[in-house]
Amino acid sequence: MADVNIKINGRDFAVPAGSTILDACRLCGIRIPTLCFMREINEIGACRICMVEVKGARSLVAACVFPVNEGMEIFTNTPKVIESRKTTLKLILSTHNKTCLQCVRSGSCELQKLCQEYGIENEDEFAGAVPNTHVDDTAVHMIRDNSKCVLCRRCVAVCDKNQGCAVIGPNNRGFDTEIGCNFNLDLASVACISCGQCINVCPTGALHERDDTQKVFDAINDPEKIVLVQTAPSVRVGLGEEFGNPIGTIVTGKMVSAIRALGVDKVFDTNFAADLTIMEEATEFIRRYTQKDNLPMFTSCSPGWIKFIEYYHPDMLPHLSSCKSPQGMFGATAKTYYAQKIGVDPKNIYVVSVMPCSAKKFEAQRPEMSAAEGCPDIDVVLTVRELARMIRKAGIMFNELPDGEFDAPFGLGSGAGTIFGATGGVMEAALRTAYEVLTGEELKELEFTDVRGTQGIKEATYNIAGNEIKVAVCSGTANADKLVRMIKSGEKNYDFVEIMACPGGCVNGGGQPIQPAYVRNNVDIRAVRAAALYRDDENLPVRKSHENPDIKAVYAEFFGEPGGEKSEEILHTHYTPRTRYTVK
Amino acid sequence: MVKKISEVAFRDTPEQAARFEKVIAENKHDKSRLMAVMQEAQDIYGYLPSEIQIRIAEGMDVPAEKVYGVATFYAQFALSPKGKYAISVCLGTACYVKGSQQVLDKICETLGIEPGSCTADAKFSLDACRCVGACGLAPVMMINDEVYGRLSPDDVEGILAKYE
Ligand code: SF4
Ligand code: SF4
Ligand code: SF4
Ligand code: FES
Repeated sequence: MADVNIKINGRDFAVPAGSTILDACRLCGIRIPTLCFMREINEIGACRICMVEVKGARSLVAACVFPVNEGMEIFTNTPKVIESRKTTLKLILSTHNKTCLQCVRSGSCELQKLCQEYGIENEDEFAGAVPNTHVDDTAVHMIRDNSKCVLCRRCVAVCDKNQGCAVIGPNNRGFDTEIGCNFNLDLASVACISCGQCINVCPTGALHERDDTQKVFDAINDPEKIVLVQTAPSVRVGLGEEFGNPIGTIVTGKMVSAIRALGVDKVFDTNFAADLTIMEEATEFIRRYTQKDNLPMFTSCSPGWIKFIEYYHPDMLPHLSSCKSPQGMFGATAKTYYAQKIGVDPKNIYVVSVMPCSAKKFEAQRPEMSAAEGCPDIDVVLTVRELARMIRKAGIMFNELPDGEFDAPFGLGSGAGTIFGATGGVMEAALRTAYEVLTGEELKELEFTDVRGTQGIKEATYNIAGNEIKVAVCSGTANADKLVRMIKSGEKNYDFVEIMACPGGCVNGGGQPIQPAYVRNNVDIRAVRAAALYRDDENLPVRKSHENPDIKAVYAEFFGEPGGEKSEEILHTHYTPRTRYTVK
Repeated sequence: MVKKISEVAFRDTPEQAARFEKVIAENKHDKSRLMAVMQEAQDIYGYLPSEIQIRIAEGMDVPAEKVYGVATFYAQFALSPKGKYAISVCLGTACYVKGSQQVLDKICETLGIEPGSCTADAKFSLDACRCVGACGLAPVMMINDEVYGRLSPDDVEGILAKYE
């Protein structure tokens, strides 16, 4: 696009025509503060923190939505601008529950940071009536505390535009405006899929995951309990950010050492269970493909997606793979095979999952997730953020730790397991195995690049052993909704479809470290984290699930064969149709 | 003011249902007609019962939270039906200075409901309103078309008892 000439604070610049003032200034090295702005999904110009002066304009303008034009003269930090931003902040503070000392977001809060930057010396200048808000702690995965809400509506935008759920929105008007659900129902009573995407975009402490760290500390201190920790593929690429590492840093070794230092008994790799999932899922797919049984088959490793299809397209449930998610397969295997192997009552085995995901908290408490009589497969799920909190609380100096190794016998994961963390990864992993099973030949080119990348919907056709297999890969449940509707109408047809609830897959899960909007708006964190996982895959000695020696052992010693009777009983599950809307 | 959701059980006649379904059928392909549909539904039912908001959401393929958000944002939409006897207490300046707030409070207390809502048996609904043009009689309330003036909280129980 052609450039236009503008002046910023008296200096000349040429910037692409059509840019907003916000983007133009950024290109010229000036960061304008934002609060409500989220690129593409929440460009509503509502919060007024980004105001700047434009020569000739009657009043200050909102930089996030105002486009530049030829000859425009912009001033970003005049006394008038600074005064306006300070007033905006003080007005927000006048109704804000300012309890930073006990707030989960203190230190990573965008409001707190802005108040520091602008030197708000009197936070009570506009003190007065405060709206009547309440805390919604009904959901398994998260808490909403509207006394800390700044009404930026970022959560509303992701829930609607990215997740296709729209279970939250602004209710009432004026002073009484509050983000909530229809009919003022609590979050547990509406079709929320527990994805946690709203938490990741909230600038303040109004939304946060339910903190289950104390349960884990208690289990560690209980001499009766054998505490096993599993870490999901994408935790290794997220966790480092909590300790100041750049986005996309793989910290597998330090993560293992840190968890071990917390005093748990064993540290295992969910990548092992991801390989197990591939063995089961590829086998199921080959059977269903041959028998033309409810195609396309949908993957079932994303519990946010499972909840989505249960609520929004219950008629499509027969299309879901019956495989438990990797975390579920791990828990089930730990409480059956491993309990037997070490001769311990499964009731004394305490399984902790560290996940990039808040929906896994919901999955863990599903009654059907219980392979050993009377025991849940998973005892507690921690998000990456909670694990980091435990590490800090325990005084473990994360960045100084030596690299540790996972414990046997679930310590080995293939590269196929690692890439589960990125959208397209499960499909690629399944294809690597399905190809070799179907053709009996060695797969030379391991990279299925058509299914990589962060686009919401990707399609490809692969010729495997004379079969044209049509696949699709989709992330973000709003895209899933679109795809499912096209499948239902007959506009699209596929054999195998991978769906992840979070845009970009688990690397961008609702339990990953929070990056502020000014980072998210300018860096595609999904792509950077995913690229790191693909590099990790390339460097691993085993890159196909069926070649993982730990997997071979667990089938030889316990499960027999993929899709066999024992694995059907322990590693597979069933689903529950749910009603999207209720009155009470 | 935050609107209260009615506790009156939702009932509709076959005739109302047919009219409502026709409105949905005529508008379902155009989401921009949401507010118009909500208005027509309210004309049919007298208010927007939660059950009807859900049917609008499903019929128009719009999330129920959006319907509810619109219903609670615009003053024209009611979440509670009018009772058999609709009470309306004036909180205009003249009435207010003569103590209409205390009258309103007394009614709330007697009926166990808040302004903007309706008793569970659908007998009384209660609203606060602005000037009814009878300032000389302040404080004033109306029950259906009947005007009561120069009220004190002590009058409330006696007046309500007249409505059976
Ligand atoms: S949300 Fe931010 S400003 Fe508010 S209490 Fe928490 S840390 Fe402080
Ligand atoms: S967890 Fe997901 S579905 Fe639930 S409110 Fe947040 S964004 Fe919406
Ligand atoms: S809950 Fe958080 S993201 Fe949602 S509107 Fe409030 S401050 Fe913004
Ligand atoms: S108005 Fe520009 S960031 Fe909110």
